[in-house]
Amino acid sequence: MKKNWWKILAVALLIFTIIAGLLSDVPRLAILNETIRNQHFHVTMWFGMIILLTGSLVYAVKHLRTGNIDFDDKSVELANAGILFGVLGLLTGMLWAKYAWGEWWSGDPKQNAAAICMLIYFAYLVLRNSMEDEQQRGRVSGVYNVFAYAAMIPLLFILPRMTDSLHPGNGGNPGFNFYDLDSKLRMVFYPAVIGWTLLGVWLSELRLRTKRITRALEDN
Amino acid sequence: MEKAQIFELIKKEVLTEWRQRYAINGMLLYLISTIFVCYMSFNLKAGVIDNITWNALFWIIILFTSVNTVAKSFIQESQGRQLYFYSIASPEAIILSKVIYNTTLSVLLALLGFVFYGLVMSGGVWNIEGMDYGYFLLAIILGSMGFASCLTMVSAIASKAQNSTSLMAILSFPVIIPLILVVIKLSKNAMDGLDRASSTDEIITLLAINTITLAVSYILFPYLWRS
Repeated sequence: MKKNWWKILAVALLIFTIIAGLLSDVPRLAILNETIRNQHFHVTMWFGMIILLTGSLVYAVKHLRTGNIDFDDKSVELANAGILFGVLGLLTGMLWAKYAWGEWWSGDPKQNAAAICMLIYFAYLVLRNSMEDEQQRGRVSGVYNVFAYAAMIPLLFILPRMTDSLHPGNGGNPGFNFYDLDSKLRMVFYPAVIGWTLLGVWLSELRLRTKRITRALEDN
Repeated sequence: MEKAQIFELIKKEVLTEWRQRYAINGMLLYLISTIFVCYMSFNLKAGVIDNITWNALFWIIILFTSVNTVAKSFIQESQGRQLYFYSIASPEAIILSKVIYNTTLSVLLALLGFVFYGLVMSGGVWNIEGMDYGYFLLAIILGSMGFASCLTMVSAIASKAQNSTSLMAILSFPVIIPLILVVIKLSKNAMDGLDRASSTDEIITLLAINTITLAVSYILFPYLWRS
């Protein structure tokens, strides 16, 4: 039970997110209106994705330094969970954009950056599948993981800021920082980020454990 | 010590290239044929393409040429020869020499490509009022440097896996997109003859991206080399 406290925390936070995210009062803003609630379900996906992919990067570096295959398993499972969050983030964003901007895909810089980021990590999975030897697969894909993450930083954090974006908070659109006085959204937003991230870690932990069991069975 | 190694390795690259001239000739012909295909497909006699298309097409051609030029640096090298270099040189010297050599080759090819592309696809580029040729050349040099250093590392990664030619493309294209976006913007600014001060942001971003790729390659290559 002592080890499982964070799973209970994840469930509690997510229940809180769903109830408070859908029912609590939200500030009235032009264009956004009620769709601002998507912040707890869409924006949190990106935060979760970045945290999970950073975790994947950390384990890739650990694997490169030690050669321990368990670190490689952790790295790929965290990347898998990050990819799942990324795809969900794209889908929730597209659904929201259909109503807020009128198009499923508007070619917004952040939208494009997210799609490219997904391409990078799909390429990572293809690269992994093209190698048989476990040690080599771990090392080569670990190198690509670090390389791709370094290339992703300008993509996600610098380029969208060099041009105007349609996203709330950019280019004069109303957004998060416009109502610093209203901390109600933050009350739900930060717990939601933690809850979704813990859920992602939980998912990758389950897959990691089945992998360990398969490996142990193969060795016998 | 390391400097001497790098110098010797570059010399070896140039010598092998010179002895089997078909590779470099093939690259030249690849570049010229691609430009000619674009020229014929757009049927430039009939209409003139606008500056945006001209610029984007130019960079796509340069990207594909760079991919093909750099791909051979690791993928087409035999296992035995790689093992030999592994035993006599430090991994840092190997990656740096390859990056320097590929950069030189890519810059030369891109410059040649620019001359030939401008010649046949003269969708107005030689007669643009106030085009800033100096900054366009800077864009070509910085852009091909970035392509070469990024692709060298990716080709080292792809050479470890099976089916490496298609892997080379899928691994490198998404990584290169930020670079190509900035470089297209920089060269478009030069084509429009904008004030040079307005391109400073793009140049700094390009230099930063190039530095990141180089630094990451330098740190990571030894791990890759070991396998």
